[in-house]
Amino acid sequence: MNQRFSVGCSPSPHIRQRGQHEVFCGLTSIIWLHRKIQDAFFLIVGSRTCAHLMQSAAGVMIFSEPRFATAIMEERDLAGMADMHDELDRVVDKLLARRPDIRMLVLVGSCPSEVIKFDLSKAAERLDRVHAPRHRVLCYSGSGIETTFTQGEDNFLAALIDEAPSPGASDDGARLVVAGCLPDLVEDQLARLIGALGLDGVHFLPGRTSRHVPAIGQGTRFILAQPYLGATAARLEARGARRIDALFPFGEEGTTAWLKAIANAFDVPAARFEDVTQAPRRRAQAAVAAYRSWLEGRRIFFFPDSQLEPSLARFLSREVGAHIVEVGSPYLHREHAAGELALLPPGVAISEGQDVDLQIDRCRAADPDLIVCGMGLANPFEAEGRLTKWSIEFAFTPIQGYEQAGDLAELFARPLRRDAVISRGLVVGEGAPCS
Amino acid sequence: MQLSMWTYEGPPHVGAMRVAASMEGVHFVLHAPQGDTYADLLFTMIERRNSRPPVTYTTFQARDLGGSTADIFKAACRDAVARFKPDALLVGASCTAELLQDDPGGLAKTLELDIPVVALDLPSYQKKETWGASETFYRLVRACSANRSRPAMIAPNSCNILGPTSLGFRNRDDVNEIKALLQASGLDVRIVAPLGARPEDLARLPEAAFNIVLYPEIAETAARWLEKAHGMPFLSTVPIGVAATRRFVAEARVLAGLDGRQHQSPRERLTWYSRSVDSTYLTGKRVFIFGDATHAIAAARIAADELGFTVCGLGTYMREFARDIRVAAKEHGVEALITDDHLEVEEAIVEARPELVLGTQMERHIAKRLRLPCAVISAPAHVQDFPARYSPQMGVEGANVIFDTWVHPLMMGLEEHLLTMFRDDFEFNDETIASHLQAHSPVPSPVSPDTTPPITRPRAELWTDDAEHELRKVPFFVRGKARRNTETFAAANGIHPITVETLYDAKAHFAR
Repeated sequence: MNQRFSVGCSPSPHIRQRGQHEVFCGLTSIIWLHRKIQDAFFLIVGSRTCAHLMQSAAGVMIFSEPRFATAIMEERDLAGMADMHDELDRVVDKLLARRPDIRMLVLVGSCPSEVIKFDLSKAAERLDRVHAPRHRVLCYSGSGIETTFTQGEDNFLAALIDEAPSPGASDDGARLVVAGCLPDLVEDQLARLIGALGLDGVHFLPGRTSRHVPAIGQGTRFILAQPYLGATAARLEARGARRIDALFPFGEEGTTAWLKAIANAFDVPAARFEDVTQAPRRRAQAAVAAYRSWLEGRRIFFFPDSQLEPSLARFLSREVGAHIVEVGSPYLHREHAAGELALLPPGVAISEGQDVDLQIDRCRAADPDLIVCGMGLANPFEAEGRLTKWSIEFAFTPIQGYEQAGDLAELFARPLRRDAVISRGLVVGEGAPCS
Repeated sequence: MQLSMWTYEGPPHVGAMRVAASMEGVHFVLHAPQGDTYADLLFTMIERRNSRPPVTYTTFQARDLGGSTADIFKAACRDAVARFKPDALLVGASCTAELLQDDPGGLAKTLELDIPVVALDLPSYQKKETWGASETFYRLVRACSANRSRPAMIAPNSCNILGPTSLGFRNRDDVNEIKALLQASGLDVRIVAPLGARPEDLARLPEAAFNIVLYPEIAETAARWLEKAHGMPFLSTVPIGVAATRRFVAEARVLAGLDGRQHQSPRERLTWYSRSVDSTYLTGKRVFIFGDATHAIAAARIAADELGFTVCGLGTYMREFARDIRVAAKEHGVEALITDDHLEVEEAIVEARPELVLGTQMERHIAKRLRLPCAVISAPAHVQDFPARYSPQMGVEGANVIFDTWVHPLMMGLEEHLLTMFRDDFEFNDETIASHLQAHSPVPSPVSPDTTPPITRPRAELWTDDAEHELRKVPFFVRGKARRNTETFAAANGIHPITVETLYDAKAHFAR
């Protein structure tokens, strides 16, 4: 089932695998999406497993009421004793009565709802008619049989784009759409930099509320802020928008290349670009340099998780001199990842998909200095005396842009620093002699 | 279809995983789509397990649904057996695979593996985690010991401990406590299962004289089968609390053919601490209890009989044990709350006006929001429920641990008086919340308006100025209660507005 082959003339071994995937499904991206869009509610139509996944993956109990829930299908729904559409309407009524402040209700398809072919778009259309204009209702699939982890966001953004208006006669629409959910802090920083380059008509997708949906048309350019947005890009292109190809904004190099691509697309004079980026570039370089001694020459192995892996590997390789052993990604978008992969040194193994047992064998054989992996694997590796970095933090922590470049390096350096401290502190030595 | 914001229990296959992960030499092949592997982190993160749980997931995808999912399952089974070399294999389906009707048991049979294969039927759309654990344990016990027979000679004091599992609330420490207690009482503990057992140990279960069911939710089904199939009696007194522990030891000794004398252990501190004068302030404190059936029922008994609290609410999220909880609730003079909706539990807590909440991690959060002291007594498991220190719930040390855990969140006896004395001190005012309540939550969140009982009229109209002024002299930690009691009293007696007189009439009324 596992084959090794080369892509084109690339000297890197490329491994494609089929086996147990130790990755989250697309539902999990609701964890950051529901925090980002403050008037949206995500209702998963699924099973108890979906509900349990959400609370376990989020790793937290409810401090304030979250804006997501699960409509758990039961025996009577499946046996046809209850009409699923009627049941869903009842659940939605109950939910909206409890949360009248919700403006956008998002129905999210799951593995079981996909397998029984429950028509979620029909349900969303019907509910939208009933609850408009107070509540909009849309849907997408975050099921594990179709999506991994971050692809849930991809499908959600694609659904948002379908809802976006076309530019009218009086409205030119968005000039630039920055696609990909970013923490507010990062979004503000990038918006300031893009503004300083002299651009207006810039929209971030998703916006902070459901009302912030840009008009998209022929005059729209877009750039991806996250590497996992294949469906989103395709949907934007279908609306006539044109993609600006760039590295992703991780690290000083990635952020500069990303902003430069925007500047080039909008004919920003080189001097202005220099003016705007010079100070933050220098800051980012200095911040990253502080961690270089921890990471330089260290051998790092990536298990697949969020599709951020090629960008993170490029950052580690080029900005702190780490040695990348293998870059695993649940899925590789050939076109979008091309720039990142081209910057990796020859010999780095690229793996797509997963057979977790075989990958663990490879990882043990390679014996890297740091393993980037999910929470199901981290403690078992640590117990073997290996050092790990949980990958989920890259999805939950602000790491993009200049001001976070140092934080990104720190996330990788921390397990190494911790090991250095603990190894010294927990050493069982001889007791001091009594004097 | 049920709307769920949060759930006390996972799906039944997670229960099956808990049993597999408890044991050695068992591997579980779960027919499941990508994403269901999240369950691994329950073990590796919550329990800080140092190895991956022994589970292989088939990870089928949409493109496989055309017909090859059965082949994927068979390949995964074959690979798992070759790689992990288990003594017994569990096979089952998660919620999505259940819909495919691939029949994991039938497929595994076609592989002609040379180890026992136990097929699990885990109806995801009807049942939940604990049921799944109980069913899996029962199936394994049956598969491993059905063809065994009882030896002719059995030592009467030999017994097995059944029920402790991975991700069970303090099970790790309970097992050590109870094993030591039984051994010190002249019993011979042979096998503990499922925690730490191998399939061959399950086969040897019938070699002991009787079984001890520590957690009926997990092990009662298996114990009943062992009773029926092998004539093994079982003991299901749960040794949580001083009295129950003494009774447990006495009953175990009687089953073992020894005398049923009850000992007071020198390590037992709860009894004296409870009698000591500082505990006077515990008397009559209103306690709300919610959790799994075993821990909730035990907690109610300890609260009422051993600490002198008043049980003002008792409930469980396990419908399977509703009857037991109803019986216990009746003993304590309250109505049982049977629900798996945490919002209903929150309403019931507000309604019951407790001074202490004993519950799961969810009730801890509810109590924090309501600014009530709280202690955790039951699963669902949380990383905090696996403390580094020895911290059992059962047996003698368990009772000591419970005394500390429940009493520390409360204000101490003398402390209450000191608070009154210093009430008007400029450094000490109502806005400063007592330090002991905020150890885990630096920012006190205000009680949200919809959780406080509705006030139909503005307070200014309801209370005269004099009465309002008098009310402020009441220590702040009981002021809310005094206000509510007075308003309830006034409403019931048609009094309006509330005067100083009404305030003291109400006080006299509720003091009876």
